[in-house]
Amino acid sequence: MQFMLLFSRQGKLRLQKWYVPLSDKEKKKITRELVQTVLARKPKMCSFLEWRDLKIVYKRYASLYFCCAIEDQDNELITLEIIHRYVELLDKYFGSVCELDIIFNFEKAYFILDEFLLGGEAQETSKKNVLKAIEQADLLQENIDFQMRLFAGSRDPAQRAGGNRTDINTIFIAIHTPPSASYSAVCS
Amino acid sequence: MPAVSKGDGMRGLAVFISDIRNCKSKEAEIKRINKELANIRSKFKGDKALDGYSKKKYVCKLLFIFLLGHDIDFGHMEAVNLLSSNKYTEKQIGYLFISVLVNSNSDLIRLINNGIKNDLASRNPTFMNLALHCIANVGSREMAEAFASEIPRVLVAGDTMDSVKQSAALCLLRLNRTSPDLVPMGEWTTRVVHLLNDQHLIVTSASIDLQDYTYYFVAAPWLSVKLLRLLQCYPPPEDAALRSRLTECLETILNKAQEPPKSKKVQHSNAKNAVLFEAIALIIHHDSEPTLLVRACNQLGQFLQHRETNLRYLALESMCTLASSEFSHEAVKTHMETVINALKVSLAQFGSRDVSVRQRAVDLLYAMCDRSNAKQIVAEMLSYLETADYSIREEIVLKVAILAEKYAVDYTWYVDTILNLIRIAGDYVSEEVWYRVIQIVINRDDVQGYAAKTVFEALQAPACHENLVKVGGYILGEFGNLIAGDSRSSPLVQFNLLHSKFHLCSVPTRALLLSAYIKFINLFPEVKATIQDVLRSDSQLRNADVELQQRAVEYLRLSCIASTDILATVLEEMPPFPERESSILAKLKKKKGPGKLPDMDDSRRSVNGSTDSTHSFTDVLNLNPAPSSGANLLIDVFSESSAPAAATDVSEENFPRFVCKNNGVIYENQLLQIGLKSEYRQNLGRMYVFYGNKTSTQFLSFSSSVSSSDLNVHSKAVDPVIEGGAQMQQILNIECVSDFSDAPVLNIQFRYGGALQNIAVKLPVMLNKFFQPTEMMSQDFFQRWKQLGAPQQEVQKIFKAKHPMDTEVAKAKILGFGVALLDGVDPNPANFVGAGVVHTKTTQVGCLLRLEPNMQAQTPNGNAAPPATDPSFPFGAGLPGSHLGICSRCRGEQGDGFVGLKGTWPKSHELKVAFDLASFLPPDGRVCERLLLRT
Repeated sequence: MQFMLLFSRQGKLRLQKWYVPLSDKEKKKITRELVQTVLARKPKMCSFLEWRDLKIVYKRYASLYFCCAIEDQDNELITLEIIHRYVELLDKYFGSVCELDIIFNFEKAYFILDEFLLGGEAQETSKKNVLKAIEQADLLQENIDFQMRLFAGSRDPAQRAGGNRTDINTIFIAIHTPPSASYSAVCS
Repeated sequence: MPAVSKGDGMRGLAVFISDIRNCKSKEAEIKRINKELANIRSKFKGDKALDGYSKKKYVCKLLFIFLLGHDIDFGHMEAVNLLSSNKYTEKQIGYLFISVLVNSNSDLIRLINNGIKNDLASRNPTFMNLALHCIANVGSREMAEAFASEIPRVLVAGDTMDSVKQSAALCLLRLNRTSPDLVPMGEWTTRVVHLLNDQHLIVTSASIDLQDYTYYFVAAPWLSVKLLRLLQCYPPPEDAALRSRLTECLETILNKAQEPPKSKKVQHSNAKNAVLFEAIALIIHHDSEPTLLVRACNQLGQFLQHRETNLRYLALESMCTLASSEFSHEAVKTHMETVINALKVSLAQFGSRDVSVRQRAVDLLYAMCDRSNAKQIVAEMLSYLETADYSIREEIVLKVAILAEKYAVDYTWYVDTILNLIRIAGDYVSEEVWYRVIQIVINRDDVQGYAAKTVFEALQAPACHENLVKVGGYILGEFGNLIAGDSRSSPLVQFNLLHSKFHLCSVPTRALLLSAYIKFINLFPEVKATIQDVLRSDSQLRNADVELQQRAVEYLRLSCIASTDILATVLEEMPPFPERESSILAKLKKKKGPGKLPDMDDSRRSVNGSTDSTHSFTDVLNLNPAPSSGANLLIDVFSESSAPAAATDVSEENFPRFVCKNNGVIYENQLLQIGLKSEYRQNLGRMYVFYGNKTSTQFLSFSSSVSSSDLNVHSKAVDPVIEGGAQMQQILNIECVSDFSDAPVLNIQFRYGGALQNIAVKLPVMLNKFFQPTEMMSQDFFQRWKQLGAPQQEVQKIFKAKHPMDTEVAKAKILGFGVALLDGVDPNPANFVGAGVVHTKTTQVGCLLRLEPNMQAQTPNGNAAPPATDPSFPFGAGLPGSHLGICSRCRGEQGDGFVGLKGTWPKSHELKVAFDLASFLPPDGRVCERLLLRT
């Protein structure tokens, strides 16, 4: 995988992860072009497209587009499921994730992605193991600055942010929870 | 999972993000951001030392601002400081900042690398993982330079934890992809492969608790895809037992596709099909098991009718590779009807929604086309063209034109097809397409009458495309006489029909029509007066366009003063065009090239006559055969056709180009192109020879042989037939027995259109191909250089410099020559030194090489100039004075270069062999300096 972009329906970039060294200018150009291309596509269209010499795999979850660029020999369908697995991870971690979670906790979104993918390759595809790793990191951090937890707000992202919930375009990302009971057992 | 623990308490950050989101306008947002930037800047600059938490918070804010799309020009240092924090979260944020905002600032890179180095050495698995993640995610050259040698150590160390090993492995993979030259894979490969056995960490952990790796009822889909992909790096296993086991596995995967799904979730089917497509890719890659190929083809056929757009798209894509693969083309063909039907359905039912799927469908139709189904497929494509998306029309037009030409048995069908193309999608018919139809009509007597009749009928339409007027004008001008017997298409009727279009056309088309008129005067004396009247009218003779005016004047004069005989000679029927590769094919290749750039040829299609089109029309008349720069297709077509002589001279024309490289075109004439790809290891070489048939007719009785006096060359037999437009590959295995100076010669014989063709090409196998580069420290180099001081151990040569000196080009040349380029060995940084070992079966000979550019010195009259002594040259000890410690003279166009080679060959060749090596450096002086080579 060469890069992954998360952007909203309005074209706002929410997360960018590059696995190839490119200049800022080039990154901006690519992002602009791709966001336009993907947003222009209609819902029933296929999730893959050829772009420059790369293959783009994208999927929309509620208000967010997840978009990956892979190389010629890479497998499109499995990339689609990489996206889905990442969404599942976010969903499990934040508990019914929404775009706001990713905005306010963008660093967490990055950490989760890093546990899952490394250098553009799937490092650990077991949901259980990724979440375990993140949990451990969280524990580490709580032990160190437990005091800071006092500041941590409630679950409600809007409230946590001190903002007014009603004026924020909140759309929960609807994803299918996995059928296997073992998943929820792990994370509850 | 309780959500409360998630926030790590950067309240200030949350407030800031919330503020930004509450901004009502872009201006307000920018104002808020600027305020925050000023605040952070003052905090960073302040006297009070910030604690880790604050530093982390501000760095995080900067990161957020950057992600909003604003530039960040400070804070890097604070982020780097976070790397050395003992607190995990601070370190983590530091790494995040660095991997998102990589800065090539060299001071910082050093600091960053230091931080990473410390963490790698920390033995703390979480810290090590952070460091490895950072290296892999940045993956830049600088990172590779700093850590490529360190990571394999982490990977194979016995006490490294599994999770760290996993990261290290992927990290190494990443670096190996971006900077393969820096990763010392050679020495580590065996140890890494060893790891695969028990270490494939995913495998081991999966066996403990496979359930974790079951994804929507599909067992370990990621691992399966990876392994199937890995197998595609190898040829089919030769061992029969292994082979049958693999076939069994692949069959199981194909069988599973037929089982009812275990879940209705799309994730289930995606994961399952991801594995299936990878298995099919492997089957296609092996291309050896007919049953598997047929099954794969059937499976894809099923997907073609699937309701999931994604599956249809991928099925079309795989089917394309399946159809273009030589062996499985037949397999695909047996299912042709199903596929075409499925395709029709897919075009009709789903296709209209998604242009990328339709594009794939057209690709597939094109790939599966052959003589047996060409008419059907071309008809499909033509009918689809009427409703096709604008973005792919031009490509479809090109494809139809190519298929119609390639598979035409009956050329009346070809003419109909192209005229249909123009009728349906005239705007998308590029010049190449209509040039081509004219070339074909002119070259085939049997179709000329039909073509004239058909264009005449097509021109009757009240509104016809300008491209049709062009084709019509040209064909009636040449062959109108063939239909003039019919009173419905008498000369006058033909002329009036053409002239009725005249005023609606652009200048280039009008120019072409004027040429058609003068041809009419020659063909039909009875309309001479009418046409002269037209030419004489003010709108022609005083036309504002110079080209049109000139034609009108000249043609009018020609028709008035020339006798019938002269007129008949000047306007004689066009001679047949020489056979050559279809220019449409070239255009399609260009169009499908990487990047899919928009067509650069727009200028040629511009409506008002550019210089280009003027040239092409003059040339249609063959009045001005001088080729111009920027020559376009027709000029190319009219260039002198030197029939390929029955050549027995050995072609060496391209030979020197291969001195420093291994791939390229070694020979090309109007019929045949020979390309080479070669690789060498020690004293063995393998050369892939590609014979490309540039014509549209078969080469028969094709044979090739290699004659070599010194080398062992073993060539695999080739197929005696090369189809028109096809390419054939031949493999040559080469062994260097001992040193040699004569390159082998490739002799080719084949029949083309009844004539026997003989071609002999000198193959670029030179002694330097058997170089293995040798790295060497400065001290070693000096020492060896001095040991090789005897006069018979050295050769040197003077080059004439024809090109300005370019360091990068010179470096590439030396590396291409085969030796290792040694940096920092020569005290004079402008010089290049290299070292390598020539491997032959009987012996190995080490060589040292030195090139001395001299940018300043200039001798007006080159080669005899006595070289001056360069005191900075430390290698002169024990050598006769004249050629060491010497500066060569070269500068730009006038200067001369000077090559020296040093060598004692074990045999008695002595200087000769070494000189041969020197002479391999291209005489055109791309490397225009002194070369010294000691052996």
